[in-house]
Amino acid sequence: MRFRYELEGGNFSRAGYASSEIKKTLKQLSVDPKIIKRIVVALYEAEVNVVAHAWRGEVLAEVDAEKITIRLKDEGPGIPDIPLAMQEGYSTASEAVREMGFGAGMGLPNMKKNVDELTVESQVGIGTEVYMLTRFS
Amino acid sequence: MKEDNFYHALEIDNDLCMGCTRCMTKCPTRAIRIKDGKATIHKDWCVDCGECLKTCPVHAIYVGQDDFQRIFDYTCRVALVPTVFTGQFSKYTTEKEIMSAIYELGFTHIFPVEFTTDMVCREMIRQMENADEKPVISSFCPAIVRLIQVRFPVLVDNILLVKPPVNASATYYHKVLEDEGFTPDEIGIFYVTPCAAKIAALKSEEGYEAAIRGVINMDTLYNKVYHVLKNRPKDHKSDCELPPSLTKKEMRWSQTGGESKHFPGRSLAIDEIHNVIDFLERMETTDEVRNVDFLELRACSRSCAGGVLTVANRFLTAERMMKRSVNRDKVPMIYAAENIDALAYLKQHIMMPPIPPKPKLLYDGPREEILKKMEQVRNLMCYLPGIDCGACGSPNCRSLAEDIVRHEAQFSDCVFMQRNMEKHGKLDKEHAFRLIEKTWGKDRLNKDCYKKGAKYEGQ
Repeated sequence: MRFRYELEGGNFSRAGYASSEIKKTLKQLSVDPKIIKRIVVALYEAEVNVVAHAWRGEVLAEVDAEKITIRLKDEGPGIPDIPLAMQEGYSTASEAVREMGFGAGMGLPNMKKNVDELTVESQVGIGTEVYMLTRFS
Repeated sequence: MKEDNFYHALEIDNDLCMGCTRCMTKCPTRAIRIKDGKATIHKDWCVDCGECLKTCPVHAIYVGQDDFQRIFDYTCRVALVPTVFTGQFSKYTTEKEIMSAIYELGFTHIFPVEFTTDMVCREMIRQMENADEKPVISSFCPAIVRLIQVRFPVLVDNILLVKPPVNASATYYHKVLEDEGFTPDEIGIFYVTPCAAKIAALKSEEGYEAAIRGVINMDTLYNKVYHVLKNRPKDHKSDCELPPSLTKKEMRWSQTGGESKHFPGRSLAIDEIHNVIDFLERMETTDEVRNVDFLELRACSRSCAGGVLTVANRFLTAERMMKRSVNRDKVPMIYAAENIDALAYLKQHIMMPPIPPKPKLLYDGPREEILKKMEQVRNLMCYLPGIDCGACGSPNCRSLAEDIVRHEAQFSDCVFMQRNMEKHGKLDKEHAFRLIEKTWGKDRLNKDCYKKGAKYEGQ
């Protein structure tokens, strides 16, 4: 089953919609609650990343009986140094974003911790694509 | 789907139910459907919050209770009365008048529900300190406990396994009476309940309170007490022994915020079931709820003062409870020297058994099958109008789609789909009419001047 959700840069109040919808689906599939929690945490982080840094983006998720794959594509500034962005505490978030309680530099590291596979591809000035995969067992 | 062993207190009187959509659309777990012009409750999904009862315009939803005369089966007839009950009366009615009227009705003892609150609070704090998962959630409101079992099963382990005051006080007072020489057969403790969920929780198979022999709805007792008070001569002097007095903390425990302020760390009090659902949804998906240690969650607006079986306005009740509780003693009576044995007994029996998760699952079968069914729902949603009118007998379009996939409803139950099918010659007018009657009852579309709001209403 496929899902697609749009994300709007700067609109933090709407971030979390995709994770909430995906959560409901996974609950109905009786996926282990601990795994659901991890998927939701990673997806929410990813949503917030797009909203915080990019101009717009989309979430494409695909669920089957064994796994979920999530692809987040955005149009935005891109990540010049991906290994650096993967370090805990490193953040390029603006002051305004930090004041809202985001931008602690835990986004990508936290996502990596909570999914089975994570890949990040980015082109500076064009955008970023994040791919996450989690198996249900 | 298999039915579980939840006991339910909410029942529908088919003679009174006029088949509208109010209860169905209000239900927070979407457990109500309309069939043959009558509401039906899906037992597995109902959490006994009472929202349907509150909204029913014809009082067709009621709470089954024990026959009042059953109190006379016992020598020792105890009314276990919550503070909310005195809050039903204005300040011009004294506690002594209310209590003497309860005695006059046949009770031999009156015991306050909140008497053991301080012990309950201590045990909650003890468990909270040892908890791995925060926030911990209070077990006070039984509708919330069920809501979590059904809709947020992941959170069952966050619920503190402490008996709520009603259960703790019943355990305690039963022991006191036994120590006074009564046999268990002689002791009849009857709980005066402000809500349906308490009844359901007390009567369930998992019911963790054997000490309570029966339940009396608060509105029933209110009517009886009020009747006694109204028929007393003007110069009547009420004379009776008052039940042990409560502290301010005890009296306010059942109010919104009554628990949360007594817990260390960050605590939040949230009332009204839709608010609670919204909060728990956020807690599950976003990281907005961080570093919260304790959650007091109540199903009713203004907590127990807003219970479905209360009579007075909830805001007035809450205010009266606040007023009646000022200038109270600081030391809980439970620690007074007498009844040390009962106190020790309660200490040993204050815990509740673990709470099992009972997730609301829409479909049976292996994951592949469920995915197929979910995909079917999405396909059906392409056609359904998305108006959520409820004319099909399901609370919204999505629920209808889910019902269709579960073979509990048909595509043609949707009135808009009927129009479409008629337009394309797939449904004749007579058949469409019968479909409406199947959901809303025979002759439902006939003129009826005696219905609610019509010109001969009540005649």
